[in-house]
Amino acid sequence: MDVRLNSNLEWQTVANSTLTKKRSTAYGSTVALKSAMAASGAILVLYLIAHMYGNLKVFSGQAAFDGYAHSLREIGYPLLPESGFLWIFRIVLLASILIHIYAAVTLWARARRARPADQRYQVKKRVVRSYSSYTMRWGGVLIALFVIFHILHLTVNVIAPGGRSDSPYERLVNGFQPEFWYVTLFYVLAVIALGFHLRHGVWSGLATLGVNQARRQPVLNSIATGIALIVTVGFLIPPVAVTFGLVS
Amino acid sequence: MNITLRVWRQKGRDDEGRMVTYKLTDVSEDMSFLEMLDVLNEKLTLENEDPVAFDHDCREGICGACGVVIDGEAHGPEVTTTCQLHMRSFNDGDTITVEPWRAKAFPVVKDLVVDRGAFDRIIQAGGFISAPTGTAPDAHANPIPKPDADRAFDAATCIGCGACVAACPNASSMLFTAAKVTHLGMLPQGQPERASRVVKMINQQDEEDFGGCTNIGECAAVCPKGIPLDTISQLNRDLLGSLSKGIG
Amino acid sequence: MSENDLYIEGAPLRDEKAPEGPISERWDKRRFSAKLVNPANRRKLSVIIVGTGLAGAAAAATMGEAGYNVISFCYQDSPRRAHSIAAQGGINAAKNYRNDGDSIHRLFYDTVKGGDFRSRESNVYRLAQTSVEIIDQCVAQGVPFAREYGGLLDNRSFGGVQVSRTFYARGQTGQQLLIGAYQAQERQIAAGTVQMNTRHEMLEVIVVDGKARGIIARDMVTGEIETHFADAVVLATGGYGNVFFLSTNAMGSNVTAAWRAHRKGAHFANPCYTQIHPTCIPVSGDYQSKLTLMSESLRNDGRIWVPKVGGDTRDPRQIPEDERDYYLERIYPSFGNLVPRDIASRAAKNVCDEGRGVGPGGLGVYLDFADAIARLGRDAVEAKYGNLFDMYQRITGENPYEVPMRIYPAVHYTMGGLWVDYDLQSTIPGLFVTGEANFSDHGANRLGASALMQGLADGYFVLPNTINDYLADGPFEKLDESHPEAVKAKEEVTSRIDKLLSINGSRTVDSFHKELGHIMWDYCGMERNEEGLRKAIELIRELRAEFWRDVKVLGTNEELNQALEKANRVADFLELGELMCIDALHRRESCGGHFRSESQTEDGEALRHDDEFAYVAAWEFGGVDSKPVLHKEALEYEYVEMKQRSYK
Repeated sequence: MDVRLNSNLEWQTVANSTLTKKRSTAYGSTVALKSAMAASGAILVLYLIAHMYGNLKVFSGQAAFDGYAHSLREIGYPLLPESGFLWIFRIVLLASILIHIYAAVTLWARARRARPADQRYQVKKRVVRSYSSYTMRWGGVLIALFVIFHILHLTVNVIAPGGRSDSPYERLVNGFQPEFWYVTLFYVLAVIALGFHLRHGVWSGLATLGVNQARRQPVLNSIATGIALIVTVGFLIPPVAVTFGLVS
Repeated sequence: MNITLRVWRQKGRDDEGRMVTYKLTDVSEDMSFLEMLDVLNEKLTLENEDPVAFDHDCREGICGACGVVIDGEAHGPEVTTTCQLHMRSFNDGDTITVEPWRAKAFPVVKDLVVDRGAFDRIIQAGGFISAPTGTAPDAHANPIPKPDADRAFDAATCIGCGACVAACPNASSMLFTAAKVTHLGMLPQGQPERASRVVKMINQQDEEDFGGCTNIGECAAVCPKGIPLDTISQLNRDLLGSLSKGIG
Repeated sequence: MSENDLYIEGAPLRDEKAPEGPISERWDKRRFSAKLVNPANRRKLSVIIVGTGLAGAAAAATMGEAGYNVISFCYQDSPRRAHSIAAQGGINAAKNYRNDGDSIHRLFYDTVKGGDFRSRESNVYRLAQTSVEIIDQCVAQGVPFAREYGGLLDNRSFGGVQVSRTFYARGQTGQQLLIGAYQAQERQIAAGTVQMNTRHEMLEVIVVDGKARGIIARDMVTGEIETHFADAVVLATGGYGNVFFLSTNAMGSNVTAAWRAHRKGAHFANPCYTQIHPTCIPVSGDYQSKLTLMSESLRNDGRIWVPKVGGDTRDPRQIPEDERDYYLERIYPSFGNLVPRDIASRAAKNVCDEGRGVGPGGLGVYLDFADAIARLGRDAVEAKYGNLFDMYQRITGENPYEVPMRIYPAVHYTMGGLWVDYDLQSTIPGLFVTGEANFSDHGANRLGASALMQGLADGYFVLPNTINDYLADGPFEKLDESHPEAVKAKEEVTSRIDKLLSINGSRTVDSFHKELGHIMWDYCGMERNEEGLRKAIELIRELRAEFWRDVKVLGTNEELNQALEKANRVADFLELGELMCIDALHRRESCGGHFRSESQTEDGEALRHDDEFAYVAAWEFGGVDSKPVLHKEALEYEYVEMKQRSYK
């Protein structure tokens, strides 16, 4: 048998339709990033619900509210040092936020690369897309800015339009007085943005974590809408109540 | 009926493109959309103008070759392939905008023709069951519950047209990849390679510069074969399972 | 040697490879006698496979897996789009899972009879044997065939048979089988054994020292004319139904690869055997670009009828039962609506010719599901045929659940093709032809659900077990692009392209194609006669001359130029059309899809003349504007008695 190779066998080096050889790992894949976003988002949603529950204690009066705020520092005490749990909690929250933002920014960049600005459609129609899904990215930025303001305002009290106080209750009441309507307005807008963010985010997170099935899809969407509504309303009630003088 | 067409014209991959307007008279409402483009091309040819290039082949909605964005919707206003869209879906006097699929992973070859080789490479990465010819057991050796077989079939009807990518705000190919992962993952024959398949396909999908999925649902809404959105959740579940087993 | 005004009769032809002996042992015998190539040597051998339908993709996957270097070509942007994908109804296999008396022998018998005794017994028997393995192979690949609640595979019936042996995947069987083969092929591409060239069209075969050694292909994106060499060339390029312009074929389906091979020495067998499928959506206007098939499986439950009296324009639902003519059930009581395709088509043509056709132009018959819906319920009908009903509604704008469908026959499949021996090798050594592109297994008429069976049989099981007999003598001498035969072939291609681009006449390519289609349909369609065929030959010659004088192809070669692609294909159709008419003219009998009005029984059925025409007509290219040479391969029937087909 003649063992010379035919010239046409050299193609293996030029094969143009075979796989690209870049090595990537699925741990950094879009799906993994999205899962990290969903998991961190889930932590943040649980936190928000707890936070909302705490906020509503404002209607039980100053003592109850301040007492509740103080009790958070005592969780686990004396097993943990004073405020120990709170700090662990804060670290987990911060990590979740950073992971959430990192994943969001990375996926955003990938999406922009996947359809660069010069390849946009001249006409684009939305078919089933929800309004809330539109607001995810800029809404997310707005929420992040708000969170910074919110911490400076009510947690560390650096920004204190109505005067500083050691009492969380007073900080809240001072901050949302009618003359500081713009603070209330910003808060309301941010909470509404948060509501939209949750409407799509909760659904999307559940789908990303593999929960979606055709027959469950309406249920998941209802859950997302429910959580979004509850959180939105729950967070809006205290400051609006202060602004309108229902809490003083 | 008389219509005005705005069509994307682009000479080659590296050329600048632009929208060009054409008028067509006496369009029959029983024409398919592609037959209307045929009429345009006959007219252009006789006027010594370069006819519009577009992909098409079977013209019965199964080969997946055709596909353009019509007035902002992949495959146009009906949920079907472009070749099965008929002019009765439009009105006399309409202006219709026709653009190619837009995604970095689908570069324009000419006019409305794009290169969808990325889909083939995703399949190459793992979209198969390794069953060399001649090694098969009897077809009845492995009964498959009908619901599983039906779900596998529903996912397997994907025609690889790329409308999901075209419609996705992130230019993600998740529905395409998920359809194959689900098709093969529902079958007992597909189990041995299930964990590695999803990892390889996702990695390839990322390398092709498709965007990530944000569970918006535009893909499934325009899919001419009705690939269910929940296949994406099934893919996510499979991928997370693989990652948790250390397969990445 | 004799000669008449249209062709020359040459020496008879014989299939040298077909083994003798009991028919059930012949395939074993051939596999044993064929030379083998040891696995280490396969790496040194290369095979070009043109086309990625069932026959091409299956062969590429199998031969790649076996270790050969496969170079694969398709004109589509992805191999997954080959037109096998459009097959709807199913694939036959002699599994006898229904315990209804099926067997390999019965599938063999049905196929020979269905083909009206114009196919080779040995080939058909092998096809029936292989059918069983195909289903197993496809299931192993993950093809999601329809299943019953017990988890086992479902079956249905198809035309021309009385057993349930058709496996299916809703109305998308071809798609699922092709995707299975495509995935197997993609796996080999990833493994490096198959090199895929998409958007490449083969325009010439390179023959060196009498052997097929490569092809000239055009990169349809850049226009580059490429030379590819290999130790063998396989054409899996499908049928030529698009010679009729309107057909159920894909828009790009063409005869060019087969025709260029024919011009280089491969005989073209039985070109006049075309299958007109009875259940297609009727033509709606002259802008129409293609015809859409409604699966034959619809005839399982739908009933075909026309009004008893012509000119009845009532809403079909208003026509009472006793004023309807369920003509298939009336004429063919034992097979009823499930007679073979050729018979159903011609019956439809006859009732329309009598003026009893329905719909615009009177070119249609009703396919009515009212009874089935009443018997099974709408949901059951929807589950079985939902996608077909949807497609019908989309195209016609009518709701078939309420109004009977209108159907009319349309060109669907070509039984003719390049002549091959038992090894699937053409008359050019080293050039193999598989699937619809060859002529071998269906005789003068193909039964439903047999095309998928043949494509996969050839691709997965036959070719990979016969081509080794040829390749064992390789690798052949190394060639490069400067070889005179390669240079010549390339020049032929470029000069033809230059010519097409330089004519700059006044008519578009499509206008020529449509005109050719009309000629073919009118004179070489469902019914043919001497006068019409002679006229058609004249018309085609005139049209061909006009084409080369007056065609208008804009643009250049060095770009994606779809008009140029079409022009290349139509140029070959214009030559093929003439040969089809000559073949139809010389076969002065009716058989299967070839119906000569001069040769019919008293009640209008096809009348064969076995004493004169029991042969394969293999045509040798005689040169441009010269007469073709006819070689007859006698057909002998040892296992099936030749008799008049009867489905009554």
